[in-house]
Amino acid sequence: MISIFLVTALLIIASIFLSLYRGVVGPGVFNRVAAVNVIGTKTIALLVILGYYFERPLFFDIAILYAMLNFIGALVFAKYIERGDVCS
Amino acid sequence: MFLVNVIVTLFLAGGVFFLLVGSIGLLRFPDFYTRLHATGKCDTLGGGLIIFGLLIYHLFHYFHYPLVPVRLLFLIFFIFIANPTATHTVMKAAYRTGVKPWKLGEKRQ
Repeated sequence: MISIFLVTALLIIASIFLSLYRGVVGPGVFNRVAAVNVIGTKTIALLVILGYYFERPLFFDIAILYAMLNFIGALVFAKYIERGDVCS
Repeated sequence: MFLVNVIVTLFLAGGVFFLLVGSIGLLRFPDFYTRLHATGKCDTLGGGLIIFGLLIYHLFHYFHYPLVPVRLLFLIFFIFIANPTATHTVMKAAYRTGVKPWKLGEKRQ
């Protein structure tokens, strides 16, 4: 079962690198923000799997924190683009 | 225990499949809106499937610690609410600032 976790983690890392291409090359700021959001969601799944691979449940707390920061980052970016100001 | 392992492996394989399909859609679609259409759903379902499979694994293998999967349940709940909301807000911001949708015959952006 541990080897299945390892293979799953490696496949998720491969898909993260596939999305990183769009984050580096992608035309305009919107494509880059979409790629960063996608990478954040995949990192949550990767953190949970690594928590079972290393048998450390503290990784789940880091995953929850990462999900919240990812969500808030997307919201702040959208608000800044729409209104031109974050605190208005 | 073998049956539980098979079920968990199926859940993990489904989640990885959806994550990979989302990445390929992010690479190959021609427009910003279609790229978000690919990733906003595939990543939500893929992450939810992977975390749900690990929750089943925890309930059968580490049943001495029954309070740890509460975090995983909260994580699934949060992902299924927050990820479509983030996608919607980014897409609405792009639409209001005048990003044109791609039409057939135009150059790929």
